[in-house]
Amino acid sequence: MFELLFVTAPIMNVQVLLEGVFIGSVFALSAYGLALIWGVMNVKNLAQGDFVIMGGYAAFSVSNAGVHPIFAIPVVIAFMFCFGWITYKLIIKRVIDNDMFVSLLATFGLSLFLQQVMNLIFGPEVQTLDSHFGILLLGDFVTVPKIKIISLLIAAFFATVVVLFMKKSRMGQAIRATAQDARAARVLGINTDRVYAFTFALNASICGVAGVLVSMIWSIQPFYGIIFSLRTFAIVTAAGLGNLPGVIGMSFVLGWFEQYAGVLAGAEWQIAASVFVLIFVLLWRQLQARRHRQVVR
Amino acid sequence: MMNEKLLYTGLGLLGVMGPVIFPEYTLQIAMLWMMVLMASTWDITGGQMGYNSLGNITFFGVGMYVSASIQVSMFYDLAQYTASYGAIKPVFTETQYFGGLILGILAAGFSCVILSLIIGLAVFGLRGPYFAIGTLGVAVAAREIVTTMETVGGGAGISMPFLPLPIEQRSLFFYCLCFALAVAAHFTIRWMFSTQFGLAANAIRDDEDKAEAMGIPTLRYKQVGWAVAAFYMGCIGAVFGNISGYIEPQNIAFPLPTFGIFMVAMALLGGKGTLWGPVIGAILFHIVKETTWTYLLDWQYIVLGIVLIVNIVFFQQGIVGWLKTKYPEKFGILVDRSGNVSRGDA
Repeated sequence: MFELLFVTAPIMNVQVLLEGVFIGSVFALSAYGLALIWGVMNVKNLAQGDFVIMGGYAAFSVSNAGVHPIFAIPVVIAFMFCFGWITYKLIIKRVIDNDMFVSLLATFGLSLFLQQVMNLIFGPEVQTLDSHFGILLLGDFVTVPKIKIISLLIAAFFATVVVLFMKKSRMGQAIRATAQDARAARVLGINTDRVYAFTFALNASICGVAGVLVSMIWSIQPFYGIIFSLRTFAIVTAAGLGNLPGVIGMSFVLGWFEQYAGVLAGAEWQIAASVFVLIFVLLWRQLQARRHRQVVR
Repeated sequence: MMNEKLLYTGLGLLGVMGPVIFPEYTLQIAMLWMMVLMASTWDITGGQMGYNSLGNITFFGVGMYVSASIQVSMFYDLAQYTASYGAIKPVFTETQYFGGLILGILAAGFSCVILSLIIGLAVFGLRGPYFAIGTLGVAVAAREIVTTMETVGGGAGISMPFLPLPIEQRSLFFYCLCFALAVAAHFTIRWMFSTQFGLAANAIRDDEDKAEAMGIPTLRYKQVGWAVAAFYMGCIGAVFGNISGYIEPQNIAFPLPTFGIFMVAMALLGGKGTLWGPVIGAILFHIVKETTWTYLLDWQYIVLGIVLIVNIVFFQQGIVGWLKTKYPEKFGILVDRSGNVSRGDA
């Protein structure tokens, strides 16, 4: 494979790089959601990946009813928003003031729960939704399914919408105010509990959109969630909170790295590659912190 | 602690008489001791030091694989053996088997100690949630690496050599191993936390920066604590591999969603940061699990997830922690009339 990529047909690199961008755009969506709740309410959600897979299965059910998966997106957004709101009211609200391991473990329990519920309902088979778009040929070697380009555009659209929402709307301003200083926001009359609920629900919706895209351009399975969670953690940890360009850039880097690992070392190394990135990022952050005699916290 | 003699007598009786009274449940009780060991060793770093690891299961799997490789490769070529997918039926005499087993368990324990020291260097600069995520990442990485290693069978696994004894004696033998390891782990931990180590560990949990400033070599303490946990996890992993008779990476050696999370749940249920909490939590959890697990059918993990969430959200201090706030006098904690709680030697 190495020879093919770098000696005989360097044009194949374009294919791998494009795949990385398509996958990375989906990572960027879910990582942005995690950065949002991490920054605003200091909750580290280990069920993030399961939210993504859940969105995928929601689209799967809708498309089984005969609707094209792309038109399932509004339904999935509404569904995941309600689900996120309920999850906040039942679980997250009660762990938000505790130390962070509690929120991590509670969401890990949630992740186990969601995995098994999806496994019961949909079965353990790997699913991919057929979007019935054709394949685009670029030159002689590079083939791009049109759905991946469409999904990239959808991801970019939703990312822009969320950013504009955070900047312009009243609720977005309230969210940013709460993130800066929750107590001051309360004093100024912002209902922070509602802001938190909205933020968590918004995160669930973003994950839902990412899930719909994943189900069309890649594959979903009830137990894929945990790897998605680890990927989003790697991205957010590397990029830092509130650094949107960093999150997007890191998502593409992770996508490329995974694609190259999959092509060069074999498909069974693809999952390992994303975990290695996480460990590498944590190591790198530690070394950086050590220079200032600090630790990663 | 209150009624400690009573607890020791009861558990000792269960340990010695259990397989005699309930011979058909010998292996279930052996699993009970394994759970006690897992929860107690998790608590060394998790409860007492505040380093909540989600990846202690790494040592379980690594120990299992180290022991299996040694037991097989003492008499066969490991790569050929695993490539034959069980076509080579290993036949061992008793001396060969027990020699391999003892060597395997010891090697598993010590290789896990070395591994924990190396990983410790990489993860102990992380605090709180980062540590949990990092160790979870290590466990997943270990699982994926073993899955791709063809020498040890990859995803297909290794079938273990069989103990050349009748089936009743077989389970009794493994029972004794599990019980002995659990007892050894318990008294090691008890001894460790009766020395200066316990004070230093709790200082690290309460405020690591201050502990560091007071001159406690925190990294060394964390590494020692984790190495002890890794040693016992490696040994019990080696034993469990022999009990199950067949090992593979995804569900037996690195079972993240089962044992990996059970040990945390058990320690939390019993009350983390106490000597008896993990033991009581593990016994309660295991009994409830064994009696209800088969009736729950596909709902097992759903129930487990709910139990975990409810436990964490509503009952964080655990059973022993709850008893401690309810009856502080019984734990040697002095309560003065103004309501201030001061801690005696608990």
